[in-house]
Amino acid sequence: MKTCFEKIWDDHTVLVREDGQTLLYIATHLAHDGSSHAFNFLANKNLPVRRPDLTFATPDHGVSTLSHKLEDIPDLEQRQVVQTLTRNTGKFGITHFGLDDDRQGIAHVVGPEQGITLPGTTLVCGDSHTSTHGALGCIAFGVGASDIYHVLATQTTWQRKPKQMRVTVNGTIGKGVTAKDIILAIIGKVGTNGATGHVIEYAGPAIRALSIEERATVCNMSIEAGARAGMVAPDETTFAYVKGKPFAPTGANWDKAIAYWKTLPSDPGAKFDLEVTLDASELVPMLTWGTSPEDVAPITGRVPDPAKESDPKRRQAIQDQLDYMGLQPGQLLTDVKVDRVFIGSCTNSRIEDLRAAAAIARKGKVKIPSMISPGSTLVKKQAEKEGLDKIFKDAGFEWRESGCSMCVGMNGDLVGPKERCASTSNRNFRGRQGKEARTHLVSPAMAVAAALTGHFADVRDFL
Amino acid sequence: MDKFTVFTAVAAPYEKPNVDTDQLLPARFLRRPRSEGYQTFLFRDLRYNDDNSEKPDFVLNQAPYRNAGIMVADRAFGGGSSREQAVWALTDSGIRSVIASSFGDIFYNNAFKNGFLPVRLDQAVVEDLRAQLLKNPGARITIDLEKQTVLAPDGKTHGFDIGGFHKQSMLLGLDEVGVTLLNDPEISTFETAYKSRRPWMSAPPRPERG
Ligand code: SF4
Repeated sequence: MKTCFEKIWDDHTVLVREDGQTLLYIATHLAHDGSSHAFNFLANKNLPVRRPDLTFATPDHGVSTLSHKLEDIPDLEQRQVVQTLTRNTGKFGITHFGLDDDRQGIAHVVGPEQGITLPGTTLVCGDSHTSTHGALGCIAFGVGASDIYHVLATQTTWQRKPKQMRVTVNGTIGKGVTAKDIILAIIGKVGTNGATGHVIEYAGPAIRALSIEERATVCNMSIEAGARAGMVAPDETTFAYVKGKPFAPTGANWDKAIAYWKTLPSDPGAKFDLEVTLDASELVPMLTWGTSPEDVAPITGRVPDPAKESDPKRRQAIQDQLDYMGLQPGQLLTDVKVDRVFIGSCTNSRIEDLRAAAAIARKGKVKIPSMISPGSTLVKKQAEKEGLDKIFKDAGFEWRESGCSMCVGMNGDLVGPKERCASTSNRNFRGRQGKEARTHLVSPAMAVAAALTGHFADVRDFL
Repeated sequence: MDKFTVFTAVAAPYEKPNVDTDQLLPARFLRRPRSEGYQTFLFRDLRYNDDNSEKPDFVLNQAPYRNAGIMVADRAFGGGSSREQAVWALTDSGIRSVIASSFGDIFYNNAFKNGFLPVRLDQAVVEDLRAQLLKNPGARITIDLEKQTVLAPDGKTHGFDIGGFHKQSMLLGLDEVGVTLLNDPEISTFETAYKSRRPWMSAPPRPERG
């Protein structure tokens, strides 16, 4: 009896050393403009890329969202790493979706969109949110520069088999509650450390009911629960999504692939090291109030009051966070004023996210600076085809090009000091979106509700 | 990679939990060439003011800890992004080990590739070590990787766990890619079998180049 994870892991095991370390074959590697260090290590040792056909690349972290012209990247170092990616992929014959290619975008949006991410595979990328791809039913995890170099040179990586955790979400989510709220609730429940050393399999009816894009949002933030990766076993929803994608299998190979993918779900009775259960019907729209993703609260709630904490360490920790975030103890969350809104990042920038955002955006006008950066250039084009860009622009949103943008601020899209941002991204760490920036993580619909009112608001009031 | 065998150094106590990689190394410095060194970026925004002057209350700016080679932190050290630069910022600053009760998984893995030893000890022990360091600023800790022990300032020894693979490569200062390339025949055998078992993974429209 095996879990979905074990089936895929075993299928990619080249060898296991006596000390338990596994040499794992990597079916797909995604590179981006941050991969330049790894390519440099390779060049220093004068080694070739073992399987250039298994690496796919696109610039995302440092690209300008005002324009996709290379010369419009203001920071010189940033421009150079984008150029370096073009040079390295050209040198080794790696498929590259450059700035002038419609298929460019955030690597974690592009992989599934192109059918590069496939069920039953192993996938790595030099970015922790590689866990996103697990939505397709694969083992996908982020690695650092030395490991990328290792993958480029050997198409393998040394890994210790992680433990396994199953998060079962029962019931159905109510109106206005989204995949983002599910994952925020899970992180709030298990904590940022709750899944450390584990891979999470998301299961249960509420997960099965999600689209692939929604599952991507859930798997994306597995890392914020401390997990190495997150995944959802493939099902008919998965197959329907993959079918017809540019790099997906076709013809007889498609039939063979499907037959195999159907064997992947965890066997009944397969053992997990940790089990967590959640009831989706109890969830309401959520947001974070602090500087760790585990600091979540329902929109109907209040800012926590440190005085009510009995543990002095915890009391001090909450007070520190409130000071940083500029919040008052016990304040109603719907009374918290917001300075700016960011909709984008690999967590929430796919077409379904933009549709959900547009559904609220059509009901008003923004009161604060608000921007949208689609997850890929193809997502942007699709949104424009559907007229979503017009809805956003009419409501006063800035409609930008695709990239990581304000999720990490490396391209100059920054939240100012002490500015409060309602953001659809995944990290509310201190300084993540800019020095002294105050980040609150929310769903796209909740972000729009904040944009239209200038404070946090319950999106269900707009439905 | 530098070997790690027995390491004795001044240890700096840092009591904050959840030291994520954005704190260790803000994203705006990620692009610096490796050869230029990352020491000036470690804890950049916690350690320095906007005008680059030091914040006197930050532990590494205080006289006894300026040359610290070890940090004793809290729980969940190195969570967050996969940036290996966070490890480089530590090693380039002369810090070769952090003792904490838990680590971010990717940080933990990245550490070993750079001769940096993350040591996991129980939360109570970690807190006790920090208390000793606070009482005796500038006190030293000795980490013996072979024996898998931490020698505290009070003379007590604490054992820690580490995987055999990581221990080996740290003790010998092995280049991982070099080791793996010795397994090239096994990788090739795997690839051939994988290709026939999962033909869609290499067939068109996926580009195949050999
Ligand atoms: S959008 Fe943010 S989290 Fe996602 S890949 Fe880019 S920087 Fe990383």
